Amino acid sequence: MKILATVKRVPDPETSIKVKPDGSGIVTDNVKWVINPFDEIAIEEALRIKEKVAGSEVVLVSIGGNAAPNDVKEQLRTGLAMGADGAILVVTDAALEPLVVARALAKLVETEKPDLVVMGKQAIDDDSNAAGQMLAELLGWPQATFASKVELSGDQKSATVIREVDGGLETLRFPLPGIVTADLRLNEPRYASLPGIMKARKKELKEIPIGDLEKAGLDVSGRTQLVKMEPPPKRQAGKLVESVDQLVELLHTEAKVI
Amino acid sequence: MAADIYDTPEHELFRQTVRKFVQEELAPRAREFDQMGRIDKRLYRKMGELGLLGLRYDPKWGGSGLDWSYTAVMFEEIAHCDNAGVAMGITVQTDMATPSLHQFGSDELRARYLMPAVKGEMVAAIAVTEPDAGSDVASIKTRAVRDGDDWVINGSKIYITNAATADWLCLLAVNDPEAGYGGFSQIVVPTDSPGFSYQLLDKIGNWGSDTGLLFFEDVRVPVTNTIGDIGRGFQQQMMQFQDERLIACISTSAGSKALWEETRRYCEERIVFKKPLSKMQVTQFKLVEMLTEITAARELTHHCIRKRIRNEDATMEISMAKLFCGRMARYVADECIQLHGGFGYMKESKAGRAFVDTRLISIGGGADEVMIHYMAKMLGF
Repeated sequence: MKILATVKRVPDPETSIKVKPDGSGIVTDNVKWVINPFDEIAIEEALRIKEKVAGSEVVLVSIGGNAAPNDVKEQLRTGLAMGADGAILVVTDAALEPLVVARALAKLVETEKPDLVVMGKQAIDDDSNAAGQMLAELLGWPQATFASKVELSGDQKSATVIREVDGGLETLRFPLPGIVTADLRLNEPRYASLPGIMKARKKELKEIPIGDLEKAGLDVSGRTQLVKMEPPPKRQAGKLVESVDQLVELLHTEAKVI
Repeated sequence: MAADIYDTPEHELFRQTVRKFVQEELAPRAREFDQMGRIDKRLYRKMGELGLLGLRYDPKWGGSGLDWSYTAVMFEEIAHCDNAGVAMGITVQTDMATPSLHQFGSDELRARYLMPAVKGEMVAAIAVTEPDAGSDVASIKTRAVRDGDDWVINGSKIYITNAATADWLCLLAVNDPEAGYGGFSQIVVPTDSPGFSYQLLDKIGNWGSDTGLLFFEDVRVPVTNTIGDIGRGFQQQMMQFQDERLIACISTSAGSKALWEETRRYCEERIVFKKPLSKMQVTQFKLVEMLTEITAARELTHHCIRKRIRNEDATMEISMAKLFCGRMARYVADECIQLHGGFGYMKESKAGRAFVDTRLISIGGGADEVMIHYMAKMLGF
């Protein structure tokens, strides 16, 4: 079977993020870039399915720049070194909203014809948590979001997914092709091994200018606009209290939480 | 960063893999390994799976067939594991106990001992130094006497890294006391051989390494366990030493840089007389002078790596680098303790540990004085 796994380039979660003074975005100098951690989990899940189902193929897909300082090829190479078979980069320097991302992915799905698309449940940069759901809608495919366990039927015609929902677990079964978005506890992504890194040198990393997809009908116009970005208010210094009574009193009168 | 040595995307990916392994598997357990007095042996298997244990070895034996640039990346990253003893144990496995076997061993011997070492299924140690023979290797006394198809080994070795974790030793023994430099042999000795035993030693530093005294009492191993030719052990061992020294330089310059960075942060945060320590000129002088030395050490090391990538002899340069890096690291550790004040003197401070750990660099793998002695000889004095 063929699996598409999505990759977004995001700032390392360990990086301390600074907002530009004009509020138009974040300062990207000296930021270390990584694969969106949820996408890394998605790649791992795709690779595990590939290892179980003989003759499977994992293709990574991403949308973004192909040159420094925004070279998504770096992240795609990491995914190839983890074990994916090939990668496709839709090249654009524009910041895209989830709907445009979903439309572009839908175009790729038309040509690649995967049986399954595995995505991170959200990207840790803007936390939209929307592209997977939108892609399912555009394709008319079933979706299972926030997956904590994925199992394919023996004939690979359907998938059973356990989702983490408020207060418990929900189990869904749906026919393939379909969309799965990965939650944190789905798996623990592997490291790229040295043999994997060397093998990745020979793997294909295909670049498609976004214009090509536009010619094929992709609509890149967005519906939302970034108005302003601002850092959260600085945390105030804590206060030491003398007694539990005083704590309760302050929680009531000052913090107004009880 | 000397980008010319390692500037490909593969080097960068490899660096990320080693860094992740160090951050997730080694650094969080650094003090636990100190308590245990050794690394968790299971981690060798993980390193083997990641391909870290045979970077320059032939793929036929499980290696990756790469050059020194990858070794440089690996040990620059391993230096951040916060445990010099652990880094030393890994160095022994990859570049001290196994190079001779890779280069000179028979196919059967390589299949039996090298491949498992590259996979991390077996841990290796190098047994050369003796109570009466350190840098003066030719003075060793451990004897291997031939009895039919076996060697019968008697003697002892001291200050041996991986003493407790090792599954086999690359032993240097005298097989013919009359033959001078032609009377030594390198022999693979499994540590489960009857007659072999060890005793751990208590060191002032490198607590995460199991260093021991080894005893051989009528230990029998097949003569086919000889690495290369009988009688060529001394020459093979001298070649094996070269790699070890260069890795000590890589680890030391990267380790000193990490300590410097930690110390700089400390000086920027530590308030003395109402201002950060780093605002005092005396502190600034120390930090700038240290960074100058660290940079010089790293560049000299990179010069050696470039020569080794081109497969050129670098004996002179590596000897210089080993001498320079050892002294630099001791100076940096000492100054960093000073800048940390009382906290620097605590075992929990990185500077304090570096102070006792780095002391070894000027001793192990050929003492400073021996390096100088040989360099003088090479210069024709």
